[in-house]
Amino acid sequence: MDQDLFSRGPSPAVRLTFFILASLLLLVSDAHYNYLKAMRQGISTAIYPLQRIAMAPVEFLGSIGSYAHAQSKLVRENAALQKQNLENQAALLRYQALQQENIRLRRLFDAREKIESPAVMAEILSDERDPFSRKVIVDRGLQAHVAVGSAVIDDRGVIGQVLSVYPFSSEVSLITDKGHPTPVQVLRNGLRAVVFGFGSSDLLDLRYMATNVDILPGDLLVTSGLDGIFPAGIPVAKVVKVDRNPAYAFSRILCQPVAGVDQFSQVLILSSNSPEKGKN
Amino acid sequence: MELGPRQEILLPVKPGFIAFSLFLGFLLNLLPFEGVFRWIFPDFVAMILLYWCIHQPAKIGIGAAWVFGILMDVADGTLFGEHALAYSVMAYIALLLRRRMSMLSLDYQFTHVTVILLIMQIVTVLIGLSAKGVFAGWTYFLGSITAGFLWPVLAYLLKLPQRPKTDPGRI
Repeated sequence: MDQDLFSRGPSPAVRLTFFILASLLLLVSDAHYNYLKAMRQGISTAIYPLQRIAMAPVEFLGSIGSYAHAQSKLVRENAALQKQNLENQAALLRYQALQQENIRLRRLFDAREKIESPAVMAEILSDERDPFSRKVIVDRGLQAHVAVGSAVIDDRGVIGQVLSVYPFSSEVSLITDKGHPTPVQVLRNGLRAVVFGFGSSDLLDLRYMATNVDILPGDLLVTSGLDGIFPAGIPVAKVVKVDRNPAYAFSRILCQPVAGVDQFSQVLILSSNSPEKGKN
Repeated sequence: MELGPRQEILLPVKPGFIAFSLFLGFLLNLLPFEGVFRWIFPDFVAMILLYWCIHQPAKIGIGAAWVFGILMDVADGTLFGEHALAYSVMAYIALLLRRRMSMLSLDYQFTHVTVILLIMQIVTVLIGLSAKGVFAGWTYFLGSITAGFLWPVLAYLLKLPQRPKTDPGRI
């Protein structure tokens, strides 16, 4: 039973010291330098099939759940969707007309036409278990020409930004990640600002606004497009609370993301025109 | 104190089975859970590493724990070395306490396992706090408590292939 009755190699304490030093070396180099990217990509590619296997039971349960949907519910849903589709069609027509008008006006003002960026549809593979950051893994990577720094949105608004790209997947850091900045504009009055993620909650923080700033609860914040990453005009968040305490230099403004930052499964990755601009 | 299960004479463990159990644990850790379940769900790789560190210290030790830590770092998207460091510390504690733990009854093992896994998680939380300045929240520690409850089941399952087949009719 006692296989270590005779000493076998270095003692546990020595081995522990060695591995702790190795871990610390990796931690520091991973946190501050970029050397380990290739290693992470390699291991990630090897793990990818396992991640898909682990997804299988969940997908299976999901498909059973959708089969079990009652017929009546489907019919009702279908009718509602058709109605919504009609309404959307009308809105779309109006939108197209407005877009045409906008293009004409922009030409008049000699403004630069915005080029619609190509988009890649992706699916969320997993929510990362890392409790210290808000990130998700999506199933499109280098093979779909996803670039670092691309904007990620869902049907309601901005979700986040591609942080690193692996061969078959990429890592997206959410706008609620701690300190993640998103340049925004208040839709009502065009005021420009930057929102930051809190990291620990699902809220966003609108920083550096004077106490008398014209922002009210309920205001919609949209991307300003000033960062060259997010196209302008995509909804980001809604102001939920404005705390104007004259004792502080700035007012404290809390916002709730518009996109289902924690619920989505399908997302759209917009390839940015300037991929060399990463996070921050 | 009541001493643990009778010392059984077990068959030698196959290295392939150790590898298979760790692989299975890794798959379990990759399961995409959301919300509360994510925190309740224990870290199976840590539990299985802990089991083998206690029962097969010559085969699974600090080095193996470190390698699996690196794998978990990639799978979870944490900094390289975060899980590796925590698992190494866990394996070291397991090596120190293994003689006493293999003698304990299962209810004493529950407290030991929970405390060892909590120490492992505290190491992870401290690294996260110093590297990113975010506290994970108290729910993060729930996994260690479920791990303690699941420990007897896991210990039984991992010992199964080592039980000699007592079939009096054969010999």
